[in-house]
Amino acid sequence: MKTDVLIIGGGVIGASIAHQLAKYNMDIILVEKASDVCMGTSKANSAMIHSGFNIKGDTLKGKLALEANKVIKQLCDDLSVGYIKPLGSITVGFEESDLERMKGTFENGTKNGIKGMKLLNQKELHEMEPNLNPEAKYGLYEPETGIINPFEFTVALAENAVINGAKVLLETEVLDVMVENKKVKGVKTNKGDIETKVIINAAGLYADKIANMVEDIDFEIKPRKGEYFLYDKKWRGILNHPIYSAPTKVSKGMIIVPTVDGNLLAGSNAETIDDTTDLATSSKALNGIYGNTISHLFPQLPRMGDVITTFAGLRAASTNEDFIIEPAKTVAGFINVAGIQSPGLTSAPAIAMMVEGLVREADHDLDFASRPNYEKGRQAPVVLADLPYEERTALIEKNPDFGEIVCRCESISKGEIKKAIHRPIPATNIDAVKRRVRAGMGRCQGGFCGPKVLDILSEELKISPLEVTQKGDKSFVLASRNKELSLEEGDRNYEKISI
Amino acid sequence: MKKLAYDLVVIGGGPAGLASALEAKRNGVKKILICERAPYLGGILNQCIHNGFGLSYFKEELTGPEYAERFITEVEKTDIDVKLGTMVLEILEDKQIIAVNRKDGMFIVETKATILAMGCRERTRGALTIPGERPAGVMTAGAAQNYVNLEGYIPGKEVVILGSGDIGLIMARRLTLEGVNVKGVLEVMPYSTGLVRNKVQCLDDFGIPLLLSHTITEIHGKDRVEGVTIAAVDEKLQPIEGTEQYISCDTLLLSVGLIPENELTNKLGCEMDRVTKGPIVNEKRITNIPWVFACGNVLHVHDLVDNVTQEAEIAGKAAAALITGKMNDEEKIVEVTHDKNIGYVLPQHFDALNNQDKVVKFFLRVKNPDEDIKLVVKDNSEKVLMNVKKSIVEPGTMITFNLPRQFVTKDTSSIDISIAREQAE
Repeated sequence: MKTDVLIIGGGVIGASIAHQLAKYNMDIILVEKASDVCMGTSKANSAMIHSGFNIKGDTLKGKLALEANKVIKQLCDDLSVGYIKPLGSITVGFEESDLERMKGTFENGTKNGIKGMKLLNQKELHEMEPNLNPEAKYGLYEPETGIINPFEFTVALAENAVINGAKVLLETEVLDVMVENKKVKGVKTNKGDIETKVIINAAGLYADKIANMVEDIDFEIKPRKGEYFLYDKKWRGILNHPIYSAPTKVSKGMIIVPTVDGNLLAGSNAETIDDTTDLATSSKALNGIYGNTISHLFPQLPRMGDVITTFAGLRAASTNEDFIIEPAKTVAGFINVAGIQSPGLTSAPAIAMMVEGLVREADHDLDFASRPNYEKGRQAPVVLADLPYEERTALIEKNPDFGEIVCRCESISKGEIKKAIHRPIPATNIDAVKRRVRAGMGRCQGGFCGPKVLDILSEELKISPLEVTQKGDKSFVLASRNKELSLEEGDRNYEKISI
Repeated sequence: MKKLAYDLVVIGGGPAGLASALEAKRNGVKKILICERAPYLGGILNQCIHNGFGLSYFKEELTGPEYAERFITEVEKTDIDVKLGTMVLEILEDKQIIAVNRKDGMFIVETKATILAMGCRERTRGALTIPGERPAGVMTAGAAQNYVNLEGYIPGKEVVILGSGDIGLIMARRLTLEGVNVKGVLEVMPYSTGLVRNKVQCLDDFGIPLLLSHTITEIHGKDRVEGVTIAAVDEKLQPIEGTEQYISCDTLLLSVGLIPENELTNKLGCEMDRVTKGPIVNEKRITNIPWVFACGNVLHVHDLVDNVTQEAEIAGKAAAALITGKMNDEEKIVEVTHDKNIGYVLPQHFDALNNQDKVVKFFLRVKNPDEDIKLVVKDNSEKVLMNVKKSIVEPGTMITFNLPRQFVTKDTSSIDISIAREQAE
């Protein structure tokens, strides 16, 4: 296989770069080792579009976040991605020392060009957020923060790239980078070799490992784990703005933020770990987040019960703490896009533009003429629940699958699920369906619709129910047909729990 | 959008919906519609292929599908309309119900009354916030029951079950019969929360250990469950350090409680009970909205389907009285309260002027297992109206008793139910 540009990594950064370069007349391949795009850092974060009020403007990440804010609204409109802006945000303080740091943040935001920020006294704070812990004393209001659905955003970017001719190869893992005469030649993957003129390393948590296939590097990716609570939609109304707890020396503070879909997300801590696959939550961290932040800000929010789920995400922080977006030092045609921690989701469009510049420099033979018949959008998925009743009726008349509700908690129809399985970036497992259409994202967490979604996947992908996975790889949901187990030969372990 | 008109719309075609529709029919309601979201009637009974249903209502032992069949056959003999594969999306304040299915698309039903019979759902891992990784192979016992009994697939080969709820106990036996190694059932409380007969017949008879005062503190496995860490808990239900033990398994089933499914009820604005998680109703199972009734597991989670049927018949009869104009216009509310040893009492209030029924039937659950107690029913003047003696009570088993209406006078504004020790008297 041959291409002009090869992008390693199907997170929001890789997808943004594919989307950006797909505007031009060149061949693009994006490889992703997981079974779907948006499977690493991009899928487990605060889902906020940071305005940049609390980020240092003289860092690369600060500069790119501020730039991205200017273009992201139009981009989301073009790609039919739900983006809610501006919600603004309120940073909440309890102590005198919090106020001091919030004043610093206020100055920083003003320096970054954020207009309309305001320090709030206790009365103003509680007028804007009446359900806040009455003991909260200080507030910092900022009007520009937005929220987005990171899966939807990443999938939309990748789909647009595919519509414009890019290839997205899933379950394709780069095993080595081939270099010839100090210039990249291609990659070896588990699915075969791919020749390319330019390689972009957007491998997220694995960016150091990939960069190291080319040359010695002076950075390391140190995964930084953050754990979150996702609350039931019935708590959405408890707040009006995304809420930050007062910043500390090392962190912007924890957040409680509404999601685009109307849930409430709360987190997260930051724990540097070694294992890039360690996505386990721990009761210690969850208790800490709940005890120190959630219950402190909104004592009404429960520790469990109305929690839809808890999860952990790994930020791909580099040892030098800023984004690393630069060509390899000793090999031509290789570009590192590494250390993309917060605000990476926000910065993605600006990162993609910066990378375009580096690609232009890397290979002067690439054709940067506009792609003929370039499409700037994509066909927006049908979201039945968002449509007026009359429009739904018309749709169901044409396609009765839209009249068959599969996920009762979120009112998702069979038609929407089937479409998701056959889109440009297909959903091929239960969680991939969930990320696209929310089937199983509601209160029953797939208890009722899980078996039905499994059936639909099996039918549409023409595979046995035994081959359907929860989230790709070997995450099979079912073990065997009934009766087969009792007919299996050989000794089996029937040991019980003993204490 | 298509418009239909009915006297009564029953939402849900499980045991509660079927029995309430039939009772309404028997009491003179002409046009009845049952909306059922599944492609068949009978609800969750279809996947409950074990026996033990109908012992009190039919005085014989049936399987779940057999129990459902009795009612489905009766419905088929009547002119009750049934729409299958039909999801009710919204109940409007002006007595209109909006639903959707493949054939009719979106449609509106105008009605005189509605009976909520949507049942319940299972509590999830997320709701308990069990820490650890998020592999495949963690599922509710009911989902596993669906896979095994309706789809014909086994979810795993080595199973640990968290929670001693009835579905978990039933699945322990069901999977054992399929050759699965069910390694044990963990219960965080110091007592089993399911029916005693299920513990005996599903665990004891198959040598499956029930570990009381134990919970799961971590789930392990990247793709598929590889094991769980279990631990003993203290009186505050917190894991005791040093008691952790790693148990290898490929599946974790959760049977940790059922929650009435009241999305429609909440959206409509019915007053809700924080304990039952169902609407607040009177003895006729009327919610605070006079044309909206509720029965079965959407109202409170029952132990036996026989009790669901009884309650559904109360709601069906009352809905018929409303529709046929036999409901008394005036109402004198008697509030029902209880002491802290009782989890909840249903109904939460009743009508002192209701002269159609000779008794008020109460359903209640105790908070803790106990022996040799009596339920003491007092009115607002502290007068003891009646005592109900019980040799054994436990949270898993619902207690029912009838309060004769002759005990209620014109001065009764509330009654209180408390638990007293038998010996202390």
